Amino acid sequence: MILKVYNLKKYFKEVRAVDNVSFTIDSNEVVGIVGPNGAGKTTLINLISGFLLPDDGRIEYLGHDITYLPPHIRLKMGIARSFQIVNLFERISVIDNVIISIFSSRGMTRNMLKPADFYTHVKEEAIKILEIFGLSHKKDYMPDELSEGERKLLDIAIAYATNPRLILMDEPTSGVATKDKFRIMDIIINAIRANKLSAVIVEHDLDIISSYVDSVLVLNEGRILARGKPNEVLEDPLVKKTLFGISR
Amino acid sequence: MRLYINYIYELKKLTKILMTLIIFIFILLILPHILPSYYIIFISYALSFAIASLGFNLLLGYTGLLSFGHAVFFAIGAYSVALIARYLPNIYYFEIVILIALISSALFAALIGIIALRVSEAYFAILMLAVSMIIYSLILKFYTITRGSDGLPVPIPKFIGLTIHGISQDVFIVKYYYYILISIFIVSLIIMYLIVSSPFGKALQAIRDNPNRAYLIGINVKLYKYYSFVISGTYVGLAGSLWSIVNMYTSPEVAHWSFSSDIVYMTLLGGYTIFLGPVLGAIIYTLIKLYTVIFTQYWLLASGIIILIISLLFPEGLGGAFLRAYKFLAPLTIKRERKEIREKNRRLR
Repeated sequence: MILKVYNLKKYFKEVRAVDNVSFTIDSNEVVGIVGPNGAGKTTLINLISGFLLPDDGRIEYLGHDITYLPPHIRLKMGIARSFQIVNLFERISVIDNVIISIFSSRGMTRNMLKPADFYTHVKEEAIKILEIFGLSHKKDYMPDELSEGERKLLDIAIAYATNPRLILMDEPTSGVATKDKFRIMDIIINAIRANKLSAVIVEHDLDIISSYVDSVLVLNEGRILARGKPNEVLEDPLVKKTLFGISR
Repeated sequence: MRLYINYIYELKKLTKILMTLIIFIFILLILPHILPSYYIIFISYALSFAIASLGFNLLLGYTGLLSFGHAVFFAIGAYSVALIARYLPNIYYFEIVILIALISSALFAALIGIIALRVSEAYFAILMLAVSMIIYSLILKFYTITRGSDGLPVPIPKFIGLTIHGISQDVFIVKYYYYILISIFIVSLIIMYLIVSSPFGKALQAIRDNPNRAYLIGINVKLYKYYSFVISGTYVGLAGSLWSIVNMYTSPEVAHWSFSSDIVYMTLLGGYTIFLGPVLGAIIYTLIKLYTVIFTQYWLLASGIIILIISLLFPEGLGGAFLRAYKFLAPLTIKRERKEIREKNRRLR
């Protein structure tokens, strides 16, 4: 087991964004989180990554209590995340975006007097990561020269380069053309499976959820509505009613 | 094999940079033989300003922080030299005063940085302006020590193991000091290049582009901004100390906000997105001042108009414009470079 969440609560005044949520994630497991708008999906990701602190509850990662640890410490422990709105370093090249992430996660950013280009093993590693994410042919491009799908992939590649054990992805295919969604998810899931990582994917697209994740967590109004295998959970009448507004 | 090829490629790139640097040094060294001493003094001014702009650009161009009060470090460097010359003449050796100027500006930056970097970007710019104006006022008010608006003279310093006497300050600058300045400028340039191209420099660029993401990939944003601020302040302090010897005199105006804006101008004029942009900006800015002073009594107005026109025509700075012109005028060079990259990629595959 890699992550345990107990009775997690986060309220914004009267709004119960996350309300008494408990669940676990196993090693190598890919969990999808679905739910209507305002269900608390992104808040939950923010709590696990340390972007927000909970009002109550506990988060354990590999047996350590990380509930109140800052994000950069969680990152060093192996929890990385990507964002719904792509979050890149826009004025440096694609490869440098990944290289910075490698330098940072290896504690090398204090090195001041040796040009970064001379860390050839880091450059090699960055190229390999870009190859995994299908971006190696655009390594010298600037991020604004990439398509939205490629920008999403680069965003995840930056998180991946920190060498995580658990990766949290907030809507990795939002804003991407429908025809490209599955190609992008194929790349992401292959990278995760190849390195035996655990992952949490927040996603609106249920076709993607049912195709790529091991289990689904359905959230509604901050509470867990259902948890289980995608084909079972997504057939549940209550889940259908919540997600589609009708009993199908 | 792949690592080896990459290493060779990087060495080739470094060789190119070194060759450019050697040509630049060569030009600087032959200038005293072809130009009147008046110009050499102005180039000496430009070299001091270039060191200040280089330091300032670490903060603006590489860390994304705009300061309107960097003149304060320049003043600390300049006054360190002048005060030692006046009150501690026994230790008025060039090597010692430069060391003290470096230490005092670094310590002051370290102290101010603790306070100034607690506020957001816009307030940081204003807070630095306030700090520089406080120091400006203190220099004016402590007349008995600083001689207020009268300023302090800066005589020719002694050198450890070398005696220079019986020459005028102008001759000292042209015959000796110019070469010392070139050496210090080159060393400063190399150190700054190493800093900005190092993993530390890359982390600063990440902070400039996206501080939240930088934090989330494990970069200690506040601490790195602080380091950048201290290094930047130390560079500007060094520039102030070197400048005071060229100028033979220092006055409170070097701590005034308008002088801070001169440093900002130089950096923007040359182009803050290019490593050598601020150096170019400092040289052009000094030249504009030199020629407008020669040709008109309204030199402030004239230099202002010229700088305005340049800024409007070349929003990326003159460095950006030169780079664009180079790309336009040298398609063959670019073709060759692209061929080299293709060749390298082919070998890697």
